[in-house]
Amino acid sequence: MSLYILQHYWWILISILGGALVFLLFVQGGQSMLYTLGKTKEERDLIVNSLGHKWELTFTTLVVFGGAFFASFPLFYATSFGGAYVVWMLILFCFVFQAVSFEYRSKPRNFLGSRTYEVFLMINGYAGPLLLGAAVATFFTGSPFRLSPLHQVEWLTPWRGLDALFVFTNYLLAFAVFFLARTMACLYFITNLEDDNLQIRCRKQLWYNTIPFLITFLLFLAFILTGDGYGILQNGSVGAVPYKYFYNLLEMPVNTLLFILGVIAVLFGIFKTLARPQWKKGIWFAAPGTILTVLALFILAGFNNTAFYPSYTDPASSLTIYNASSSEYTLKAMSYVSLIIPFIILYIWYVWRAMTRKPMSIQEIKDTEHKY
Amino acid sequence: MLYEISSTTLVEWSRWQFAMTAIYHYMFVPLTLGLSFLLAVMETMWVRTGKEEWLHATKFWMKLFAINFAIGIATGLILEFQFGSNWSNYSWFVGDIFGAPLAIEGLFAFFLEATFFAVMFLGWNKVSKKFHLFSTWMVFLGANISALWILVANAWMQNPVGTEFNPLTARNEMDNFWEVLFSPTAMNKFFHTVTSAYTLSACFVVGVSAWFILKKRNLEFARKSILLGSVFGILSILATIFTGDTSAQDVTHTQPMKLAAMEGLNEGGNGVGLTVIGFLAEDPSLPSTRMKTTRYGIAIPKLLSFMSYRDPDAYVPGIQNILDGYTSYEGITYPSIEQRMANGNKAIEALTSYKQAIQEQNQEKADSSLQILKENYGDIGYGYLESPYDAIPPVPLVFYSFRIMVGLGMLFVALFILSWWYAKKRKFEKFRFIPYLAIACIPLAYIASQCGWIVAEVGRQPWIVQNLMPVNVAITRIASGWVVTTFWMFAILFTVLLIAEIGIMVAQIKKGPKMG
Ligand code: HDD
Ligand code: HEM
Ligand code: HEM
Repeated sequence: MSLYILQHYWWILISILGGALVFLLFVQGGQSMLYTLGKTKEERDLIVNSLGHKWELTFTTLVVFGGAFFASFPLFYATSFGGAYVVWMLILFCFVFQAVSFEYRSKPRNFLGSRTYEVFLMINGYAGPLLLGAAVATFFTGSPFRLSPLHQVEWLTPWRGLDALFVFTNYLLAFAVFFLARTMACLYFITNLEDDNLQIRCRKQLWYNTIPFLITFLLFLAFILTGDGYGILQNGSVGAVPYKYFYNLLEMPVNTLLFILGVIAVLFGIFKTLARPQWKKGIWFAAPGTILTVLALFILAGFNNTAFYPSYTDPASSLTIYNASSSEYTLKAMSYVSLIIPFIILYIWYVWRAMTRKPMSIQEIKDTEHKY
Repeated sequence: MLYEISSTTLVEWSRWQFAMTAIYHYMFVPLTLGLSFLLAVMETMWVRTGKEEWLHATKFWMKLFAINFAIGIATGLILEFQFGSNWSNYSWFVGDIFGAPLAIEGLFAFFLEATFFAVMFLGWNKVSKKFHLFSTWMVFLGANISALWILVANAWMQNPVGTEFNPLTARNEMDNFWEVLFSPTAMNKFFHTVTSAYTLSACFVVGVSAWFILKKRNLEFARKSILLGSVFGILSILATIFTGDTSAQDVTHTQPMKLAAMEGLNEGGNGVGLTVIGFLAEDPSLPSTRMKTTRYGIAIPKLLSFMSYRDPDAYVPGIQNILDGYTSYEGITYPSIEQRMANGNKAIEALTSYKQAIQEQNQEKADSSLQILKENYGDIGYGYLESPYDAIPPVPLVFYSFRIMVGLGMLFVALFILSWWYAKKRKFEKFRFIPYLAIACIPLAYIASQCGWIVAEVGRQPWIVQNLMPVNVAITRIASGWVVTTFWMFAILFTVLLIAEIGIMVAQIKKGPKMG
């Protein structure tokens, strides 16, 4: 295995993790709709417990996403987390809220009161997807940084990542991720909850969130495909390339196919659910669809001599999978480790099935002693 | 200078932020590591014997486990990303080695924990008895494997092995994974940390159960828990002491300055004694205010030499010896710190001229710079020190923390023996002193654990990577206001959550186990 192949292999793994993360943000989407869907205390308990079975997976995927990025592309880890400091700190901050809220919400003497923990869940539900979406959008739109010869990052605005808010395109992806998370949450609840009122409300919300998701996502695509991208130029340095992402679509047809397949699977899952009130399997199409779509987007951002973390103030400092990666030895060692991933996916799958074999009902929550 | 040295305020705040979040994280970690084991044992007893009381005990401790676990996760997340956000130069300089254990930890351990935690906690009626038990064991395994990897990462910073510096990329690159994983420092750290975590968990179980005894409630449950906890405790504390001793030997070899600070030893020599207790005082006759004199010290002759090298007459260097240069017991000669600073500067200059030479495509210059760099690379970190005295860590903090940790370790030996004996003889209620002692030992175990980390981490200052990188060049260059802001954000949030955690924990303890 050459360094070149290893770099691509690891970028694909990172992309799959990214895809899994975006799908698993349905937990956040569900949290954000806690009060929209749950009109009574019982209904909210049901929603929280249903999500409570899954939140750990989202959280862990975020952690592993960070760890894997550190191991495989340490320069990204150093540049982005150190550079866009404020945005990442806000993301972390709102995930800290989440971790305790499930566990503490319904416990006696919980100091802040159940309501506070629900507000924490809402904050995480809104801020998590929006901020993560904006952060990922900078893979396409770029950031204002420069690297010293020894790779010390220098951020060229005092805003340390908040500058992403000055770029309109970033909002589009942020909201696309947010509405997608809510769409996925609806699909998840539809399979997971046995409650007539909630079923009806979920199907209604599915409409309300699918439409804005489609609008923002398509606009985002239109913007990046018609705009400039950053790529490795003939002379080896990185610079702006007109229509870079559009060319990537043409030049990597297999990836484009994956992308289209992913989008179709997502749409199929959503629209069949909307069309057939008895059909509850939408998530089984939308989930792999999301993962495929995000994977294809990441590949669009990173392969074919594209800079996956461009600097728009100093394009020569942009990060590519070549200049940001770990050494061949480390990537190889890590690749051996990665062979256990299928095994991990298998047991996650097995446990997921075992735990959600039967849909959850309000009665069931009332009867269990361990609950959130 | 290659790296710019950042302002002192920024360095201080970045350090405080890391130390604060690490300390918060480690308030929850040890209980997760140890209690998960006891849960698995109790549940095994239930599955084996079918006795309901084991099930109730498992469920009681599991509730406490879950409350602790949640906040452990919340605080860990911050630490993981802080390497990038606050120590970004460090992250590039050593990311090639350091990132790998972190990623493996995530892949191997956290998914194990996260997946099976859900079954353990919520799956009682959803999966079979056997599979549930299996899940509980997996949670234990996951937590402890995650400790292994993070400690491998930490140990590498104390003793950077299995690595070569690549001048082209200006970073350290891994050249031997197994050396990183099985370095003696990593093994000592892992075993000492997990056994000390088991000790803490045993203190927790014995202490909480003692409270039931004092309240005259759930007596049979409490007695069983005390028996289980104290047997586990005795084994754990003995292992802790053993691994603590081997850790100290490892420190002697890899970080002699840390050892000297732990002992407050200014002048070393042959056959050095071990100070059991003593006070450190300012002494104007010493060359630096960083050095202190031990007053009212009680020392056991020759013990330090013996403990360090298993030879009562072995040579152990003190702070002054390390500053001046010395020859170690193994016969390796170390130059003075001043000399090492000069070497470090040579290495830094050679790296600069190497980079230039590559750009100018001047092969000859590149080769000769590379030669100088290689000869002096081992001291490169010293090039960033301003004075030799910068190489001395804050001695009193390390000295006292070490004594508190070891002293409490001895106390725990007594605690577990006494509580085992009196629980066995069913006399716990009569000697009310023992349950009180057991309750007091809960906070003391936490103090001992934090002191341990202070010894390990403060004792290695000024290094973030021993001899290669001091903390002041490792950080992210950022307006210190941002770091101050995030420091307070996390400090306030964690404190609020800690209060909530303790409140919930106490409420659950008061509720007690379900009576069978
Ligand atoms: C000796 C053990 C130990 C030490 C020194 C550390 N941790 Fe830790 N960590 C654990 C042992 C542990 C654990 C026992 O596995 C935790 C604690 C509570 C928990 O739920 O898992 C955990 C949780 C935990 C999580 C949440 C994982 C999840 O989603 O389940 C992260 C991201 C980290 N840690 C990261 C770190 C980092 C970056 C550290 C160092 C700077 C660190 N930990 C020190
Ligand atoms: C969880 C238990 C830990 C505790 C309680 C702890 C505590 C501390 C403390 C008190 C400091 C500050 C030293 C000083 O600035 O004077 C520190 C520094 C540091 N520790 Fe740890 N540590 C822990 C684990 C780790 C681990 C496992 C790692 C690495 C994987 C690590 C990496 C660091 C780094 C990078 C610093 C340098 C920053 C600084 O100087 O503040 N620590 N730690
Ligand atoms: C009683 C005898 C003990 C001895 C001789 C001892 C020795 C040591 C030494 C030398 C270190 C520093 C290792 C390094 O810097 O690499 C250390 C660290 C530590 N100690 Fe102890 N210790 C003892 C008891 C305890 C107890 C009772 C606890 C807690 C319950 C504890 C918890 C820790 C922790 C958490 C660390 C930091 C992790 C590490 O560096 O391994 N120790 N100990």
